[in-house]
Formats: sequence, structure tokens, C-alpha cells
Amino acid sequence: MINKDLVIIGGGSAGLAAAIKARQEGIKDILIIEKDGNLGGILNQCIHNGFGLEIFNEELTGPEYAYRFKQIVKDKKIEYLLNTSILSLDKGFFIKYINESGVSICHAKCIIFAGGCYEKNAGAINLMGDRPSGIFTAGCAQKYINIKGYMPAKKVVILGSGDIGLITARRMTLEGANVLAVLEIMPYSNGLNRNIKQCLDDFNIPLYLSYTVKKVIGKSRLEKIIAGKVDENLNFIDGEEIEFDCDTLLLSVGLVPNISILNNLGIEVSSAKGPKVDEIMQTNVSGLFAAGNCVHVHDLVDFVTNEGYLAGFGAALYLKNQLKEDLNIDVVARNNVSYVVPNKIKYSSNKELEFKFRVKKPCKNVDIIIKNNDKIIKKVYKLALLPSQMENIKINTTNSPLKDGMITIDIETRA
Amino acid sequence: MKELTCIVCPRGCHLYIDDNLKVSGNFCKRGETYAIEELTHPSRILTTTMRIENRNSKLVCVKTNKKIPKEKMLDVMNEINNQTAKAPCKIGDTAIENILGLGVDIIFTSEVD
Amino acid sequence: MQDIIIVGGGIIGVMIARKLSQYDLNVLLIEKENDVGNVTSMANSAIIHSGYDPIPGTLKAKLNVLGNKQFDLICKQLDVDFKRIGTITVCLDENDVFKLEALKNRASENNVEAFLLSKEELLKLEPNLSDNVVKGLFCPSGGIIDPFNLCVHCMENACENGVKLHLNEEVINISKDGELFSVVTNKDSYKCKIVINAAGYNADKIASFIEKIDFDIIPRKGEYFVLDHFDDSFLNHVIFTLPTNKGKGVLISKTTSNNYIIGPSSEICLKDDYSCDKLTLDSVKISASKMFKNIPFNQTIRTFAGIRATPSTHDFIIEPAKSDKYFINVAGIESPGLVSSPAIADYVIDNLISPILVLKKKKNYNPNVRKYVHFLKLSLDEQNELIKKDKDFSKIICNCEKVTLGEVKDVLNRYVKPQTIKAIKKRTRAGFGKCQSGFCQANVLDILANYYHVSPLEILYDKNGSNIIYSLTKNNGDKND
Repeated sequence: MINKDLVIIGGGSAGLAAAIKARQEGIKDILIIEKDGNLGGILNQCIHNGFGLEIFNEELTGPEYAYRFKQIVKDKKIEYLLNTSILSLDKGFFIKYINESGVSICHAKCIIFAGGCYEKNAGAINLMGDRPSGIFTAGCAQKYINIKGYMPAKKVVILGSGDIGLITARRMTLEGANVLAVLEIMPYSNGLNRNIKQCLDDFNIPLYLSYTVKKVIGKSRLEKIIAGKVDENLNFIDGEEIEFDCDTLLLSVGLVPNISILNNLGIEVSSAKGPKVDEIMQTNVSGLFAAGNCVHVHDLVDFVTNEGYLAGFGAALYLKNQLKEDLNIDVVARNNVSYVVPNKIKYSSNKELEFKFRVKKPCKNVDIIIKNNDKIIKKVYKLALLPSQMENIKINTTNSPLKDGMITIDIETRA
Repeated sequence: MKELTCIVCPRGCHLYIDDNLKVSGNFCKRGETYAIEELTHPSRILTTTMRIENRNSKLVCVKTNKKIPKEKMLDVMNEINNQTAKAPCKIGDTAIENILGLGVDIIFTSEVD
Repeated sequence: MQDIIIVGGGIIGVMIARKLSQYDLNVLLIEKENDVGNVTSMANSAIIHSGYDPIPGTLKAKLNVLGNKQFDLICKQLDVDFKRIGTITVCLDENDVFKLEALKNRASENNVEAFLLSKEELLKLEPNLSDNVVKGLFCPSGGIIDPFNLCVHCMENACENGVKLHLNEEVINISKDGELFSVVTNKDSYKCKIVINAAGYNADKIASFIEKIDFDIIPRKGEYFVLDHFDDSFLNHVIFTLPTNKGKGVLISKTTSNNYIIGPSSEICLKDDYSCDKLTLDSVKISASKMFKNIPFNQTIRTFAGIRATPSTHDFIIEPAKSDKYFINVAGIESPGLVSSPAIADYVIDNLISPILVLKKKKNYNPNVRKYVHFLKLSLDEQNELIKKDKDFSKIICNCEKVTLGEVKDVLNRYVKPQTIKAIKKRTRAGFGKCQSGFCQANVLDILANYYHVSPLEILYDKNGSNIIYSLTKNNGDKND
């Protein structure tokens, strides 16, 4: 058996950042375990640009963004294993992993889980109708096109206006496919405005709001999609149907934190479907940290990187025995807030806190109100909030220390 | 008055441009530059992949090192598809110089040994 | 010339093929799909019923009970997952208790062990049973099985013992030519002494080649939910509602892979209609939720439909054609067909073939398949031993279900070769998990293309025409269209 101070599971953007930060904070004995043959995670198949504006103040492609962090990891001589999958993760932090050298067990003093997320698929959204080939998640199609160099589509309908769907729409168009439509069940888009503009509008691809797939038709390969319009309760409106003759349906209907490997550890799960974490990304299991899309799904990789840094910082404090838990505050998302990260505040020594959250429904002209036991500690006005955009609110507690109890996040519409 | 969605950053500001090319609604200076450019000569960075010579089906990622006119995107795609890169490829190195005489180079965005 | 041609490679065809393979005979099995067990045998509840439910005296009752007893040995020989977890039929209404008692009586008549349990006893066995449950019938001999590999391994074993298998070949006519049948397919024609019609819901069509038939096969669709693994103790038995005249009703069960299956509905449909429908699935949801609490439907990873071959006669049709005892119909094998299949094969051989054909046992018959590798179930030392011999066992292809490349290559190097992504999925579980192959499909496609030395454009997802890739990128349209 191998012993490590810190094992980081996942060598994508969160894992790499966590490793770099932990090393900067003096942790020597670090191991990154990556299932793929290359560090960088899903960034390697995201060949479009737009990454790094927050952190590098320039627009990079996914592989370029990943490369910068890979280089730092290599320069700092942080140990990593590629083509290595986790078989199990058991209480006491025994990590069973497999690679060319065999199955090994590693004991870690501290773990940062950075396992990313997976895409909701046809089964998860109860797609109705036949079960032909030609139905892909957008990321799966992206892998075919960008990594394998295979075109799985000629005439395409995309369900869901999330960013991956929009970006794949452009990518498929550039590679010669005909994208007929993007359908979005909600009355608003779930992608960034810039992606609607540069991925759809630039190529005259129509976006149908309040439409979703009613029926899939095709015995072997997809032949047709019947799209139906939905009312405000998301029920189909009779007679409001559009038929698309197409061979491909791309699903871009959401991402879900991929945390089943943590099942044996007894983690508490938040409404974002990832583990509940405190302000330094530690889960309810002492010594188990988590960061990135396995905690909550981000829309910008830059924020994932920052979260990785935070987890790396927290894990270093944990390993150096410098964590003094002296607060007990539950952070609660209320009314139109679908989730908030962190879920717990435990350390009064952290003066800078950042709350990340999303709204359930779009809203305009609102105040974000953060309270500590009914005392308002921050109020921020926003012209508009969208579910597709993660919000960050930073607070500094130097002058008004937090009290045990609750922190709540509310959205209030201004009159 | 024209309206545009800014694509410079993920904020996606809603821009208003009057007949004298005066821009409002932008959060930062870049939005103004974008709006004027978008109305006068819209251009984009193109990212795609390229085959590598003698490497079967292996691909390397590439992009234009500057924005290219929007209407030239498919032509540039075609030209990239017609060519193959030589490994090893280093990020930032030039794959195709001055593509289609546009004064823009195609550069590698991923590494291949 | 063949002694026997079996039309159809569903569970009935492959079971008969395997049992025939112990005799000195030339046997050919012809299947129109690109894999065995790819129609009704693939999409069902995967239950080995105890036999409490069929009406005493019917073939269904007799063969179910006889079949059930054979599964321990068969699954050991064929290396197929099978667990006798027991079934519980629940009664949710005081007024229906008499129906449950009638079932108990049927069970006794069928010689099936069954116990009536009180609410308290039931809740001890299944704490998540609905509060409305009044009484239940517990049958310990019922079980769950991996139906995909049952078909595949059964055919593999038959092939190892000399049976020939032709996939992708559809029988388009059968005629009698003197003493022999002439079986014409879309590819070839064959002579044989005996035809066994095990063509599932197409058995009526096959039977009609020989004579005017007096039965109908009515396709009846059942739709299901499959849930991800979430909590192994959520459910411990197969739970049935009281049967209706349409079938056994909705059940909820664990699968051998620790998923959960909920269904089926039961609606008359067209023969090739595998579509799922929201209203139908909603009704399944409602029925299941009436008998079991807190079913996490948000853990659904797939919904699917299967088609039962319901006979107009209400019992299995296992008999020679009226005009020709050498043409044997095995038709209308709806539930409990899977569990009955070994006994059906015995019945066909003992009662219908042995009187008309000399059966001589082979000396070198081997009832066992070569052991499959279940990498996750091995000990650490065994895993490392295996990896030392073959590095492919260290490469995880499917991260959700932890399937190794070694296991995929193992199934490729067997008699019944998987030709499609779906066939790999059925055998190894690669792509069966919560991402439903979003991450691994592209890799499995490459493995198949490399193994068969074909272009990725040729690889099928499932049926013919279900290709995934249209062209290579960067070809500037060379291969487009």
C-alpha cells in the first residue's frame, strides 16, 4: 500500500488548480489521479475559445487553457498518474485505483475530489418515442468530432440551449452539418448571450423557445423529431407541433455532478447535487474536499480554477493542522435561489467569503440579500439574473463577525 | 438605433448603437470596440482541428491568430481541411501562414509529440 | 443438409439449440437480427418466475415450474448471473384478499412453495412497501437473471458443441420438397428434415409458410423504467401487483446488476413498435408507487419497451403443424417464457423430436462455457495476476460500470461475436451506467472498428442501418453522402 498526504482525484481544471495551490502552500506529498491519457479533463475536447478571460485576461481555447496549468504541475514536479481509474474509495480514505501497473491501494491523509460532471441523457429526461441511433449528448458528439475526427451527423436538431449545445451547433455547422434548430423547453435560453449570438445567429440557426421534443421517430437511425410547444407549466399545447426531418438529436439538457464514487464515504448532498461543502470546500467528511463541477456545475472554467485553488488552500490548512472550527453556520438558499455554495461556514479566521449560487427562474430588478440570523450583511442590486449564470457575492467579515446560526440568501424584486 | 449582444466576454452585454455609431449598454470599453467592428466589418476567431501528416487519423487543434472576416469562415475551414500539419506540433507555432492571403496565420492550440 | 433448422435466436431458439447440441445432429439456427436474444428476450422483466400464477394444467404452469428448477445448474454451466431473491405479490385492498388466496391455491396446485404473509411480516421483509399493503404472497423460488448473457452464453455453448449460427439472415419462405424442407432466406437456401419455428412474435408468419394456421400472435408492448444503482438495500425481492387479465401487472425489482426495473405496461401494439410513451409510463409510475414507497424516479437512466408474443390461445403453442409433424411450432411464448425456456426445450425434444428422429448422445458434449471474466468481482491478487498476463484488463473502458478493455476483448473472441455497440453493452455492461455511454461510446466504437478491421463508418449502434458515423472530418465532403 502507498501512503500520500494529499490525493487529488481528477486532473481537470479543478484538480490541477487544487494541486498547484496545495503545493504553493507547502504540501509536498501530492498525487493527482487522472483517468484519461492526458491532464486537462474535458477542456481537451473543448477546442473553442473563450476560456481564461477572468484569470488570464485573454481568450484561450480549452486545450491552451489546460496546457498552462499542466505546465505548472510539471514545473512544480507534482506527481500524477494518467490512464488511472478509481475502482473504489472507502472510509478511512483507502483509494483503490487501476492502471497498467495493476490494481493498487493508496491511503491518503486528505483527498480533494475533482471528478467533474456528466451530461443528462435521453434516459434521464424520459425522451419519448423510438430508440434509434443518432441521439447523442452534446459532449459525446464533441468527442466524436474534435477528438476522433468522426462526423456523426448530417441534419441536426439540438435539444437544450445550454452552452455546450450552442457551441456544438457551431462546430457541427463548420464541419458541414446542417443544424435545423435548437429547441429550449424554457421560455428563455440557458446559454450565454454571446453564444446565442456567435454560435446560432452567425449561422442563422433558429432557436425555438418553449419547445421540446415530443416524440423521437426512427427504427434504426433517427428519422424525425416531433417538437411540441409547451405552456408555462411545461405541458404540451395541442396542435402546436413542428416536425423536423433529421438524423441526429443532440442533447444539451444539463450537467450533473458525478459523485457516485463518494457513496461509501457518507457525504451529504446539496440541492446542486454535489457534496455539501464549507467555505474552504471541505465536505461533511473531515479531510475530504471537493471542487469544480462535481460540487456544482459552473459556466466558466475560470471559476472552476478558483474553486480548485480554494480547495487546495483548504486541504493544505487541514494537513498542516491549522483549521480551528469555531463557527457553526448553515448557509441556506431561499425563494428563487436554487442552490448556494458553500453550505456551511465553520472558521471565523476566514474573513473573505464568497457565495456562489444560481436563481431558479430569470428575474429582473432585484436585490440579492444576504442575512446572518435576520441581520442583513450584504445587499446587492442586480438588473437581471438568469439561471444560466452563476452569481458570486463576496463578503468581508472583518468588521462584523458572523454569528452561529444561519446565513440566508434571498432574492427580492424591487417595486 | 441598432441592438447587439456583445460577445467579448461571458457577461454578454446588450448594446445599443445609434446612427452615429455611438455605443451604450456596454459594461467596458471592449464592448464599444466590438459594436463598431460588428457593424462595420464583423469578424471572428475560428477554432477547428487539422489532420496530421502520416499520423493516421490523429488531429491537432488550431485557431486563427487574429479575427477573420465572418463571411470568410467557411472558406478558411475548407482550406484548413485541405492541408495537413506536420508533427511535432507546439502550441502557438504556425500551422498555415497567411491563410487565403488574409494576413492571418493558423496556429496550433494543442500539443502533439 | 441439416437435420434441424431452428428459426429464431431468442431464448427459446437458443435453449433448444443448446439442448440439441448434446446429440449427434446437424443443427443450424437462423436469426434475422445481428445478435441472438435481441428482440423480446432482451426487453423483459428478467424474472425467473416461481410458477404460482399460471392456471394449473396449462403448459405455462407445467413448464414454468419445471423450467424454474433448472436455472441453478444452467446458470452455473453458462456463467450467467442469477439470484433466487424470491417474489412477493402484494394485495393493496382488503376486498382483493380473496384473489391473493386464490393465487395461493394455484401455487399449491402447481406445486410451488408459497406463503401468505401479514402486513407486519411483509414490512419486515420490505420496509419500503406501501402503507396500504394488506397481505402478500411470498414465493421463495422466484429469482432474477441477466437475460442478455443467458441468451448469448447459451448460444455460445450450443456453438461450441457444433450448432451453426447464422445471424443477419431472414427466412423468407419454407416449403416441403419430398421428405425435406427447403428453407429459403434472404441469403441462401437450406434443406433439412425438421424445422423448429421459434420466431417469437413472427412465429405466425413462419408457421403460415407451411399451412393455414388457426392461432394468432398478438404483439403486446410493455414499457419499463430502469433506475441507476443507488442503495442496494432499497428493495430485496421482486414485488408484483396482483395479476390482471392483461398480464402479471406492474412489478418492481432489482436486477442482477443492482439496478432497479419498474414496469411493464401492457398494450396491444404493432410488431416493430418499441416506442415509449409518456402517458403509459406515467401509469406505470402510479401503479408502482401504489405498492412501493419513495421510488426515486429521478434516478431513471433509461426507459424502454419490449414486446410480448401473446398467443390467441392463451397458452404456449408447442406442437407440430397440423399437416406436418416435422414442422414444429414453438409459438406464443409470452411470460413466463424466459423461465419456461429450458423446460420448453426438453418438451420439444422429448415429445416432438425424439419420436421422429433418432437421437444419439455425443461423447464429447461439454455443457460449460469457458469462464467469463468479471473483473470487479475478483480479489485484488486475482486482478493483479490477470493484469500481469494481459494489460487490457487494466484499462477501464466504461467508468460508470467499471468495465475493462480485457472484458470487451474477451467477449469479442467468442463464438457469438458482438457486432454492435449494443451487443457489447449487453454482454459487458459498457454504456449501461448513468452516463448511458456519453463518455465511452466513441471508444467502444473504435474498439469494434479495430477488431473487425472496418471503417468507423461501418459500426452499428444496434439494428442494421443504425450506423453512428457518416464521414470523417477534414474530408471535404469526399465521403459525405
